[in-house]
Amino acid sequence: MTVRNLTALAPLIIVSATALAVMMAAALRRNHAAAALMTLGGIAAAFASLRAAAVLRPLAIGSSEAGQLLVIDGYGLFFMGLILLGSAAVVVLAHGYLERQAEHREEFYILLLVAVLGSMTLAASSHFVSFFLGLEILSVALYAMNAYLRARAISLEAGIKYLVLAAASATFLLFGMALLYAEFGTMSFDYLAGQMTAGIYPNRAMVTGGIALMVTGFGFKLALAPFHLWTPDIYEGAPAPVTAFVATVSKGAMFALLLRYFYSTGAYRLHSVFVVLAIIAAASMLAGNLGALLQNNLKRILAYSSIAHMGYVLVAFLAAGDLGPEAVTFYLIAYFITTLAAFGVVTALSPADRDAGRLGDFEGLIWKRPALGGVLTLALFSLAGIPATAGFFAKFYVVAAGADSGIWRLIILLVLTSVVGLFYYLRVLVAVFSRPLESRELAPQVPFASAFVLAGLSALLVWVGVFPGTILRAVKAAVGSLRY
Amino acid sequence: MPFFHDHILSIILFTPLAGMVVLLFIPGENKNAIRWWGNIVMFAGFLVSLPLVFWFGQEPAKEQLFKFTETHSWIASIGAEYHLGIDGISFLLVMLTTVLGFLAVLSSWTAVEERAKEYYSMFMLLDVGMLGVFMSLDFFLFYVFWEVMLVPMYFIIGVWGGPRKLYAAIKFFLYTLAGSVLMLLGILTLYFRYAKDTGHTTFNLLDLMSHSHAWPFAMQVWVFAAFAIGFAIKVPMFPFHTWLPDAHVEAPTAGSVILAGVLLKMGTYGFIRFSLPLLPQASADPTVVKVMVWLSIIAIIYGALVSMMQRDMKKLIAYSSVSHLGFCTLGIFALNPHGLSGSVIQQINHGISTGALFLIVGLIYERRHTREIKEFGGLSNVMPRYATLFMIVMLSSIGLPLLNGFIGEFTILQGAFEVQWQWAAWAVAGIVLGAAYMLWLYQRTMFGPCENPKNQALKDLNLREMMTLIPLIVWAFWIGIYPKPFFNVLEAPVKQIVETVNPSFGTHASAKVRLNPQPAAEPASAAPGRRVAQTASRRAGVAH
Repeated sequence: MTVRNLTALAPLIIVSATALAVMMAAALRRNHAAAALMTLGGIAAAFASLRAAAVLRPLAIGSSEAGQLLVIDGYGLFFMGLILLGSAAVVVLAHGYLERQAEHREEFYILLLVAVLGSMTLAASSHFVSFFLGLEILSVALYAMNAYLRARAISLEAGIKYLVLAAASATFLLFGMALLYAEFGTMSFDYLAGQMTAGIYPNRAMVTGGIALMVTGFGFKLALAPFHLWTPDIYEGAPAPVTAFVATVSKGAMFALLLRYFYSTGAYRLHSVFVVLAIIAAASMLAGNLGALLQNNLKRILAYSSIAHMGYVLVAFLAAGDLGPEAVTFYLIAYFITTLAAFGVVTALSPADRDAGRLGDFEGLIWKRPALGGVLTLALFSLAGIPATAGFFAKFYVVAAGADSGIWRLIILLVLTSVVGLFYYLRVLVAVFSRPLESRELAPQVPFASAFVLAGLSALLVWVGVFPGTILRAVKAAVGSLRY
Repeated sequence: MPFFHDHILSIILFTPLAGMVVLLFIPGENKNAIRWWGNIVMFAGFLVSLPLVFWFGQEPAKEQLFKFTETHSWIASIGAEYHLGIDGISFLLVMLTTVLGFLAVLSSWTAVEERAKEYYSMFMLLDVGMLGVFMSLDFFLFYVFWEVMLVPMYFIIGVWGGPRKLYAAIKFFLYTLAGSVLMLLGILTLYFRYAKDTGHTTFNLLDLMSHSHAWPFAMQVWVFAAFAIGFAIKVPMFPFHTWLPDAHVEAPTAGSVILAGVLLKMGTYGFIRFSLPLLPQASADPTVVKVMVWLSIIAIIYGALVSMMQRDMKKLIAYSSVSHLGFCTLGIFALNPHGLSGSVIQQINHGISTGALFLIVGLIYERRHTREIKEFGGLSNVMPRYATLFMIVMLSSIGLPLLNGFIGEFTILQGAFEVQWQWAAWAVAGIVLGAAYMLWLYQRTMFGPCENPKNQALKDLNLREMMTLIPLIVWAFWIGIYPKPFFNVLEAPVKQIVETVNPSFGTHASAKVRLNPQPAAEPASAAPGRRVAQTASRRAGVAH
């Protein structure tokens, strides 16, 4: 370990150290605000250290025999930054949410930091070992986070479901990795890339089988159809800030890895892989958008809509070319902002005994709580892809990437299903704008910090939607460092 | 003054937005301040657009035929710019928007009591969107305005509408969005094709147009189809019109005025501004023309027949819009100067007449809270001023000479006749039916004894209410008596479009022939020749 290596790994080290520090502090004296502040401080420090790490990039970490485990390049650092910013928003929202809960609160931040560590590892991994390590760090933390509110049956149910399904999907992933390893004798993306692009694979069935199994694992984590069945239950059952985390950070990290893995190994160029992913994308857009039509709970609607949105991102991914990776990354940024804003409103509105979710909870929101109603409206329009919001430009970019690569069938399906999508977003809006019939008891006051985060997210939503140029340049620079 | 002159389009565009931002700081309880501010802003919006009327004639065209152009970089990496400019066609529509925008808001003075602040801010946002659509010379910017406008309209119908407002609002939003996403695919096709051919990415409409000869015919037809669905839903052309009656019936009066007066024109404007010049060979393809023309004729007759059977006044006028807009699309696809300029004039006319008709229905609805025709009768006895204004507006809608409707319909029929006399013959049937349902409506509501006791004590119009109608009536007489300035403004852009889309036009139908009192033989014999020429030009397009 040299100073160079330490600097490059500083973001990961700081996050791990913060997790330990919060744990120690909680053991000495429980203090919710202090735990949240320490977490935020750690995240801020890790974010600041990205800059130092960026100077050295790209740097591969790991012994030469095993191949490089992690690669700290512009692309990985960009996604780490995104993960850290998203997590910071979750921390603030969670603080307000947990204040109303009777549980011990400090452990939540430890789990969250561990999950962040796992996500950041995924964003930087370039080897099956580090990939699996990151994935498990993330998943194990998420099992506990999903079931964090022990008194609620629905939260426990979410935890158990996530545990069983995530463990099952991890075995698929492992088996897929094993098949590829058996065939190529390497687990490093770089070596795989060399051999796959050279077309040296004596046993084609092993390779496609291995990739197919890995796709199953990816599909589960990203909640792509037909591996999406867990999503609505877990979105509904998990505490709202955790749902926000699962929807954004965990999926963002997974896509960061997917992009690196498939582009650097060139696996997406295999025709069979392309076809399978195209079918998955189409199925996700259909299942997500049609499934959401039947729901009456905002958390479940957002769950189905996330399935559809991951389908859209997959379309951009399949578009590849010059615009594909940029479109994926930009879409994820817009999706982070939008989803965090939407779940931020849900979090802020949730009373102590349950999460807000039923459409009735949002009836007349715009008249009762104009600010929260306005944020939710913006977020829904962004999800629907209406101009002047981040979601519009993101969707536009995906469609542009697809049109550029000529994958017309997927693009046409995308635009048609997004019209269907508009319908259920409008249903929520109808509730938000309807006359308040009964006043359900909802959480009274939005804490200042949460209000600040929500205001910031809304401002970003509009700013990225109207002037996407700045973010686009950053995205281009980050994706440019991805070798493929 | 030079700053004002050079940035006049931006100023017109953003006046309502600035007003909206200020409005957000006025406390919601202060209804009077909100009302006054709403009216002042929309009136200011009209005032800042007024200099265009005086400047437009002398102003030299800066980029092709476009005047007052402004360009700023926006999203450089994809080649989208903030690029505004107007030619004669968009100039008239911009003026229509600012006038109707103000009158619509003025008409809401007493009609909207609830959530007035949100109501007025939605109207201001809507105004920005509509103006932006007519001013954009950048395809991406255009698309942003085109879509963003749906949001305030959705809320205007969905929050301040009638009993089935949610159904109508969602239907409106879904229909138009479905059309516009297909349009987006068309836009991207052109964008990438242009990038491939020139190595330069741009959404600049003028650059894309200059390249239109190079699009292969098959691609043009696909893109035309994508555009046509988007625009046809907006117009709305038969069979995409089913959202319109619902939206109109449920929308509040001012919403209907803007919807009929301006929003529908975006579809026809889209055909004229984008489909024709960007996809000339596809637009002039005989099959395409035939489909578009017959859909227009079906809309004219079907809309009129359905109007005749309506019991709700607003629904009747909504269906009459389908019929009137059929004339506009018929004029466009006649693809000659008369048809096109008549179509634009008729779009303005429809904005004036139908806008005024919706105001008139709104006035009676505010008094009686019903629009059932059978609830009324003999209103001319109790409301003479109302009856008089209604009559003028009704006659203008029917197309009585000296009023605006006549000029537009006549010119369109002339244009259609020059291509095929059968088209004009069918369309004329629509005019006759139009007179029938409007006169019948007027007779049933205004004439006869005033028997319903609820109607006997109705108050006649006050000054504010008359002022919402009188500007439109003055405009209607102006077009009806002296339409020359309007045709002058349209001449250059229409000529350019006809030259692009129908290059063989000038060779066989000179201005003299078109003014010939017996033109029947000439166009009939000319038509086959033109088809041959079109086919030839199409082949030439393929060869590119």
